[in-house]
Amino acid sequence: MPQTNFIQAINQALSEEMRRDPNTFLMGEDVVLAAFGATKGLIDKFGPSRVRNTPISEAGFVGAAVGAAMAGARPICEVEFASFFYCAFDQVCNQAAKLRYMSGGQASLPITFRAVYGAMGGAAAQHSETVYAQFLSVPGLKLVVPSSPSDMKGLLKSAIRDDNPVIVFEHGALGRLREEIPEGDHLVPLGKAAIKRAGDNVTVIAIGAMVPKALRVADKLVKESISVEVIDPRTLIPLDETALLESVEKTNRVVIADEGHLRGGAAADIAALIAEQGFDHLDAPIKRVTALDVPIPFSPPLEKAAIPGEDRIEAAIRDLMGR
Amino acid sequence: MDITKDKLLEMYRSMQRIRHFESKIRDLATANEIPGFVHVSIGEEASAAGICAALRKTDRITSTHRGHGHLIAKGGRLDKMMAEIYGKRGGYCKGKGGSMHIVDFSLGILGANGIVGAGLPIATGSALAAQVAGRDDVTACFFGDGASNEGTFHESLNLASVWKLPVIFVCENNGFGEFTPMRTVTSVSDIAVRARAHDLPGVIVDGNDVLEVFKVASEAVARARAGEGPTLIECKTYRWEGHVVGEAAILGEYAYRSKEEVDSWKLKCPLIRFEKWCAENKKIDAGELQRIVTETEKELDEAIAFARSSELPAASEVTDDVFA
Ligand SMILES: Cc1ncc(C[n+]2csc(CCOP(=O)(O)OP(=O)(O)O)c2C)c(N)n1
Repeated sequence: MPQTNFIQAINQALSEEMRRDPNTFLMGEDVVLAAFGATKGLIDKFGPSRVRNTPISEAGFVGAAVGAAMAGARPICEVEFASFFYCAFDQVCNQAAKLRYMSGGQASLPITFRAVYGAMGGAAAQHSETVYAQFLSVPGLKLVVPSSPSDMKGLLKSAIRDDNPVIVFEHGALGRLREEIPEGDHLVPLGKAAIKRAGDNVTVIAIGAMVPKALRVADKLVKESISVEVIDPRTLIPLDETALLESVEKTNRVVIADEGHLRGGAAADIAALIAEQGFDHLDAPIKRVTALDVPIPFSPPLEKAAIPGEDRIEAAIRDLMGR
Repeated sequence: MDITKDKLLEMYRSMQRIRHFESKIRDLATANEIPGFVHVSIGEEASAAGICAALRKTDRITSTHRGHGHLIAKGGRLDKMMAEIYGKRGGYCKGKGGSMHIVDFSLGILGANGIVGAGLPIATGSALAAQVAGRDDVTACFFGDGASNEGTFHESLNLASVWKLPVIFVCENNGFGEFTPMRTVTSVSDIAVRARAHDLPGVIVDGNDVLEVFKVASEAVARARAGEGPTLIECKTYRWEGHVVGEAAILGEYAYRSKEEVDSWKLKCPLIRFEKWCAENKKIDAGELQRIVTETEKELDEAIAFARSSELPAASEVTDDVFA
C-alpha cells in the first residue's frame, strides 16, 4: 500500500467529505493555491463556489462560517496559523461555542476549523504557538490534535461530519510524516484515545507532535528493559478519560508530554484528572513535560530550549523509574 | 517643493541599503544559512525611503512581516538587523525575534510584526501617546493592501480620525496578499478611497517614485504635527520577489502572476528611476551616487561579518525578558 503523508491525508479527507456532502464548502486565505499543500487541487474538483479564497479578515470569515452554519451549511474553515485565531476569538468563543446552548439547542453549528500550530523551526512567537489550551475552557468546542497521517484523515473526516464546532490542530513539523492509511471510508471517532505502543512500566500520555517523540524514546528505553506505554488522547474535547485512567492503572506511573505551555495547559488539565480519579493507582508523582512558559523564541537554540524534546521525556521517565 | 540635496542623498542611500540588504538575505535564506520565514520588499524601496525621509528621529513607525525596508529607512543598523536574522545574541532582539519581529525603540521603530493588520492600532496608540503628552511627534504606520481588509484597519482609521491623532497610514499596495490577487478579495481597487468612509484625506501616489512619496508624506506629516489629524497614503507598487523566500520551490515559478507582469515592474525600478532623474535634472552626479553604492556594499559586508561572528544565544537565555 502506498505511504501517505500528513498533508496528503488532509487533502484526502477534505476531498472525500466534500464529495460526500454537497453542503460542505471550504474557505480560508490562499486555499486555492494552497500554501501548505493541504487544499491543493480542490478548486478543480469542487469549483470556485465551494472553494473560496477569503480576504485577510479572520474575524470576518470565521464569523461568516458561524453564520453559514446557522443557516444550514457545513463550512470547513482554514485559519492558516493557529495563532491567527486570536484575531477571531469572539466568533469562535462567544459565538460558535455558545450559540447552541444559549438558544436552548435550536442552533446547530457543524463547522470544522483547521489550523497549523507548533514550533517548526524559526517561525518565531507569533507563528509557533500551541494554542489549543486557550480553547480548553470554552465549553461547546471540540478540539482535535492528530499525531499521524492515518489519525489525521480519520479524525478530520469525523470532524466534518460532526454537528458541532470542531477545531483540528495540525502540527507544522509533522507535514512529512508518512504511513499507510486504511483504504475505504476511514473514520476515527472523536473522543477515543489510541494506545500507540503498549507497555508496562510507565505511561506517556503524548499529544500531537509529542507522540512521535515519545515513541522514539520508548524504542530507546526498551533496550534497557524499561517498558513504556504511549497513549495519544487524539481529541482533548471530548477526552477519553477511561482510556487514560486505565493505562495509569496498569503502569502506576505517568508522564504527560505536550508542546503547549505548563501553566493552564492541556497537560495540567489531564494531570488534574489523573490526580483526582487515578490517585490510588499512582506510585509516583505525575510528571509534565511541556514547553517553558515563554513565547516561542526565534533563534534555533532558544527554540530548542523552549520546546519539550525527547531528552526531557526520557529524563522524566528515568526519574519516575529511579534509573 | 524643493528637496535639499542632503535629503535626496539620504533617500537614495536608504533605497540602496534596503536593496543590498534584502538581496543578501534572500540569497542567505535560499542557501538555508538563516532560519525562518523571510519576506523581502525588493522593488518597493521608494515608499519606505520616501516616507521615512519625511520623519524625524523622535517620530515613530510600525511595520509588518515585510519590514526590513521600513526599519532600514528609519535608520536601523544593518549589522544588528543581520545578526537578529541569523538568530544571534548580538541582534536587535537578542535572537528572540528574527526577521519578522525586529524592533529598535531608540529609533522610534515599534517593530515589524508577524500578524497582518496588528500594526495599525499600535501606530494609532503611539500617536495617541504623543497627543496625550502634548508632543508633536508623528507615527507612520506601514501595512499592505491585504491588511486593509482586516477589521483593525477600519477601527484604527476611525479612531485616529475622530480623535485627530498624528498618524500617517501608509498602505503599500503591491497587488497581492500572499498568492491571492488583491482584486479577487478586495472590494475597491484603490485602498485610498476607504479613507473617505472615516473622513480623513486619502492620497494615491506612485510608490516607485521616491520624490513623489516624499512630497506627499511631508504634507501629511505637517498636517499631523499641526494637530489636523491622520492621512491615508496609498503607495502603488509591486514586489519583484515571491511573498516569502523559497515559495517557488513549493508553488513553482510564476504560479500566480506572469513573468511579463513581473518584468514590466522591474522596468519601473525605483532606484534606476531616481538615478535617471538625478542625471536629467543635473542634481547629483553619478560619481556621488556610486560612492553611496560602494559605502553600502562595505556596510553590508561588515554587517554579515558582525552577524557571523556574533554568538548564538545560550539556552539559559530562553527565560530572560518575559516580564519587565
Ligand atoms: C492575522 C494574519 N493573517 C494571516 C497572516 C498570513 N499572512 C502573512 S503575510 C500575508 C499577506 C499580507 O498581504 P499584505 O497585507 O498585502 O502585505 P504584503 O505581503 O503584500 O506586503 C498573510 C495572509 C498573518 N501573518 N496574520
